[in-house]
Amino acid sequence: MSQGRVPAALVALAGIGLLFFFLPLAGLIVRAPWDQAVASISSAETVTALELSLFCSAAATAIALVLGIPLALVLSRTSGMVRAVLRALTTLPMVLPPVVGGVALLLAFGRTGLVGSLLYRAFGVQIPFTTAAAVMAETFVAMPFLVIAVEAGLRSLDPRYEEAARALGARGWMVFARVTLPLLRPAILSGAVLCWARALGEFGATITFAGNFPGRTQTVPIAVYVALETHPDSAILLSLVLLAVSVAILAGLRDRWLGAI
Amino acid sequence: MSLTASVRVDRDGFGLDVQLDVDEGETVAVLGPNGAGKTTLLRALAGLVPIVGRVELAGELLEDSALRVRVPTELRRIGLVFQDHVLFPHLSVLDNVAFGLRAQQRADAKQVGLGWLQRAGLGDKASSMPRELSGGQAQRVALLRTLATEPRLLLLDEPLSALDVTIRAEVRRELSRQLASFHGVRLIVTHDPVEAIALADRIVVLEHGRVVQSGTPAEVTARPRSRFVADLAGVNLLRGKAHGDHIKLAHGALVAASDAGEGDVFAVIHPRAVALFLTRPEGSARNVWKGETEGIDLHGERVRVRVNGPVPLVAEVTPSAVRDLHLHAGAPVWIAVKATEVSVYPA
Repeated sequence: MSQGRVPAALVALAGIGLLFFFLPLAGLIVRAPWDQAVASISSAETVTALELSLFCSAAATAIALVLGIPLALVLSRTSGMVRAVLRALTTLPMVLPPVVGGVALLLAFGRTGLVGSLLYRAFGVQIPFTTAAAVMAETFVAMPFLVIAVEAGLRSLDPRYEEAARALGARGWMVFARVTLPLLRPAILSGAVLCWARALGEFGATITFAGNFPGRTQTVPIAVYVALETHPDSAILLSLVLLAVSVAILAGLRDRWLGAI
Repeated sequence: MSLTASVRVDRDGFGLDVQLDVDEGETVAVLGPNGAGKTTLLRALAGLVPIVGRVELAGELLEDSALRVRVPTELRRIGLVFQDHVLFPHLSVLDNVAFGLRAQQRADAKQVGLGWLQRAGLGDKASSMPRELSGGQAQRVALLRTLATEPRLLLLDEPLSALDVTIRAEVRRELSRQLASFHGVRLIVTHDPVEAIALADRIVVLEHGRVVQSGTPAEVTARPRSRFVADLAGVNLLRGKAHGDHIKLAHGALVAASDAGEGDVFAVIHPRAVALFLTRPEGSARNVWKGETEGIDLHGERVRVRVNGPVPLVAEVTPSAVRDLHLHAGAPVWIAVKATEVSVYPA
């Protein structure tokens, strides 16, 4: 199949699939009020929302890397029931409607929530409707993408590299830092990119758990949603900004590091 | 410094049960067909597979299942060289060689590693990546990486089998030299008899997870105790019950042998001692059978003829004999073996 000619029917279906992706993007570009573009894009609100989006998605990706790689490691070394349960838990946010995720986060970390009430009583800290809440919501929704990618990388890793390292006298941490982690680099990078892209586009969990406060929790997707009600034209331009940023960063990463991804 | 190991590994459908003693300065080759459990044995000694039994190296207890002692691989101070080298692909050749020294927290890891490379004539490859090395170079780097940690026990898994046949002889000589300069216990596993005979002082033959034979290469090939060894020594191996002047094989055929003794025995017949005739031979040979030619293989100047009959045997003849006897697959043939050519020893 890889060498041979693709049957015409499949080419036609592939074409329909491509159109399905392309038409909405074309719609955005055709209908964009280009005469207002510069003013709208350089407006303070847009810049603030974009900065916040970039910050939150980067922070969410960083947290996902710190917590997700060890999680993937543990997942890949378990089997049977334990693995099934752990896997279900980590992939749940991928299938859960993000709004439900936001509600769940509120119930856990809200002022009267399971953990939130303790935090409030002990330190007077409130998480919901802060930038931290936006980061948490994005991490909740996006981290599974990283975990899945890294776990797949771990499972396809030849275990003898780690065995060779141990036979040479390397202890657990050195094996991880000098052998496992570098060999996982492609999986980690692709997982991080997927995770970041998902976090950048996150809407449902963020607006539920963090709300819509310009400069604090109003990321670009939320700004688009809000603007759609009042200024549809700027909603289109904001969407294009988000699109341009994603494409630019993905393209830049691909050339620098990602290679075949 | 010596290795004393009693290793039992039970896995679904496969059991390994081996008693092994290797002295310092001795190179022992564990020889066996694929699937005999050779690699499992090495991994067990390295601590990568849990065992039932006991492993003692240089007087130090590494593992004892009864005492629940199990020293982890990284603390065993053993050297394990994998069949396909398993060099770290993301590290330079020098970093590969220095890896174990770094694990020992040595500040001079890089210099010492470079010294090992230079002494092996690989100094110019220090900054190369493993993928840029030839198979032979990768094998040598893998060995250096292990030797640099100064292990007490060197475990080599099929050290030459990943290499091109054309360079094997050269790498084998080099390996033989490096093994000679290593002061510790040396254990090689291989399915290649040439490798075992060339590198080892003693051969331990492993089949189906059990040791079937052990001794110097000459001893092992002189008195094979398994089909595998008989094939590699190029001789016919029979097994049966001896009664004075003959042996009764499992399927009932009788083989005359001078002084066969009594009881369960092996018998070896060299292919050169198997004579072939077109018609029933008149002569002194006490073993005469009618058979059928099964196949003909050329071995250099000689021809090996596989003959089926009451006692299936391989005969070695000259090319002209093949012509004179009209030998071809399916051709009928008479076989004669003198009783004095049947060498018998207890099973």
